[in-house]
Amino acid sequence: MSGYQTGLIVLLALNTIAAYGVYLPMAAGQLNLGIAGFMAIGAYAAAYLTNECGWPALAAVGAGGGAAAILAFAVAAPILRTQGIYLSLATFALGQVISAIFLNLEVVGGAAGYPVSMHIGAYLVVAAAAAIVLLVCLVSTTRVTIYFAAVKNDPLVADLLGLNVKALGISALTAGAGIAGVGGGLYAHYFNYIEAQYFGVMLSTYTVLYVLLGGTQSVFGPLIGAAIFTFLPEALRSSSQWRYAIFALFIIIFMALRPQGLITRGLSRRRVQAEAQGGTTAS
Amino acid sequence: MIAQQFVNGLMLGGVYVMIAVAFTLAIGVLNFLNFSIPGIFMIAGMVSWAALRSGQHWLFAFGLALCASAIVGLAVYLLTYRPSSDSDPEVPLVSSLGFLVLLENLVVLWLGSDQQSFPALIADFNFRAGSIVVGGAQVLSLVLSLSFVVALSLSLRFTNLGRQVRAIAESRRTASMLGVNVGAVVPRVFVLSAVFTGIGGILFAISYLQVSSTMGENIGFKGISAMIIGGMGNIWGAVAGGLLIGLVEILSTQFLGADFVNIGVYGLLLALLVAKPEGLFGKAAAREKL
Repeated sequence: MSGYQTGLIVLLALNTIAAYGVYLPMAAGQLNLGIAGFMAIGAYAAAYLTNECGWPALAAVGAGGGAAAILAFAVAAPILRTQGIYLSLATFALGQVISAIFLNLEVVGGAAGYPVSMHIGAYLVVAAAAAIVLLVCLVSTTRVTIYFAAVKNDPLVADLLGLNVKALGISALTAGAGIAGVGGGLYAHYFNYIEAQYFGVMLSTYTVLYVLLGGTQSVFGPLIGAAIFTFLPEALRSSSQWRYAIFALFIIIFMALRPQGLITRGLSRRRVQAEAQGGTTAS
Repeated sequence: MIAQQFVNGLMLGGVYVMIAVAFTLAIGVLNFLNFSIPGIFMIAGMVSWAALRSGQHWLFAFGLALCASAIVGLAVYLLTYRPSSDSDPEVPLVSSLGFLVLLENLVVLWLGSDQQSFPALIADFNFRAGSIVVGGAQVLSLVLSLSFVVALSLSLRFTNLGRQVRAIAESRRTASMLGVNVGAVVPRVFVLSAVFTGIGGILFAISYLQVSSTMGENIGFKGISAMIIGGMGNIWGAVAGGLLIGLVEILSTQFLGADFVNIGVYGLLLALLVAKPEGLFGKAAAREKL
């Protein structure tokens, strides 16, 4: 595989991880516009641990995810007092504050950026992404998904039916932040350099775009969305200058024609039914 | 010194006022967080710069910029808001973000990505009151934006269209049953909000003498913060929020350093959202969606 193709696949893996970081809270009805902040925490924590404390890379990446999850858990209770668009804007503000704090934190290089000495290979990043996709798929077969959907559709009814809405909301936000933190740690150790400006609001909004373009109804939506977002601009590279404009036009037209996203529950159900019917006729 | 910074903060806040009012108009009436507004802000600034550079009169240039803003606003309505009226609340948000990306890239293709200096239309003059210096262009744009807000507020209250808009904001179904042509009023709200944004972009260009393809992003997000702080859907709240954000930005630059601006501004937003989600002047949020 050429270096370019490897780079593209790693990019896809990192985008996918971030997309699942957004997907889990969104499954519980939280539109998280501050995912870049949690990625920054994972990236900086992991980089600090390998650089200054001599941790092995994988342990540091895991610890980065843990750090992001701990912070999300700590702020979840006050943030989840808000709802709907207010919640989105609270996460947006939180992301901005986190990236501004790293911009001013001299111990990790401040505005000059932070070089990371330890490198991890492409295979490890891809394997981690695959593991996260599998994990989320596994979670999606449990009752938790149904609980999340209930909270998303109507928190009041979910509460009346005996679900602990607050705990579910906190766990969705925390799990999403942990995944995003792992993604940030992997990013730091693959590219060996991080700067706070990268983890800005545009990274958060693009990640939300992956998820909504892929569709939030199916667990594979974020994966498909991240793949489209990674490969389509590259495929349009021949019209180099126009590619982002064409791509944005594609988003607008796509959302106008298919607002529920690319992959929907009905679609996958139809496929499963077709397979089941095909199976019965064959046997 | 403090008084000087206070004045500077109010002048900067004047820029955020227009964009916050445009956001609040879209949210309050349509329940739609229109992310294309930062793009429209930028379009107005860049179009008027391009027209002025090609030797047009400033009146023509600004008229052209406002027409461009209105057309983009209408396009956002047709391609973003109307097709998604019965889908998930996040969908129009996504495609309005698509518009932001599209507008920025089209302007980069057309005029380049460099920051351009805007010609000074008003001779450089300053007011002095004691030790405080106030830039003439900035005062003019603050006064102009406040008078546009007054005009908007009065027309919402007293004109027929304004009454219809308020009826739709109250309850779309009831308004339509009482004979308000919702399908005709909503596009006008989009155009009105776009024109307000466009005026904001022009006033920004006049008073800060620079335009670029990314000028909308930062200011747009501060405008959203201003709208939230003032209370969504509340026009005078948006004005107060805009001025407050300007003050916080200047004061945190003064006392903490330029790199701390985002901590100050967004920290304030976060604290306020947690403590009082309905904003300083808003009514309690009952049925907000995106």
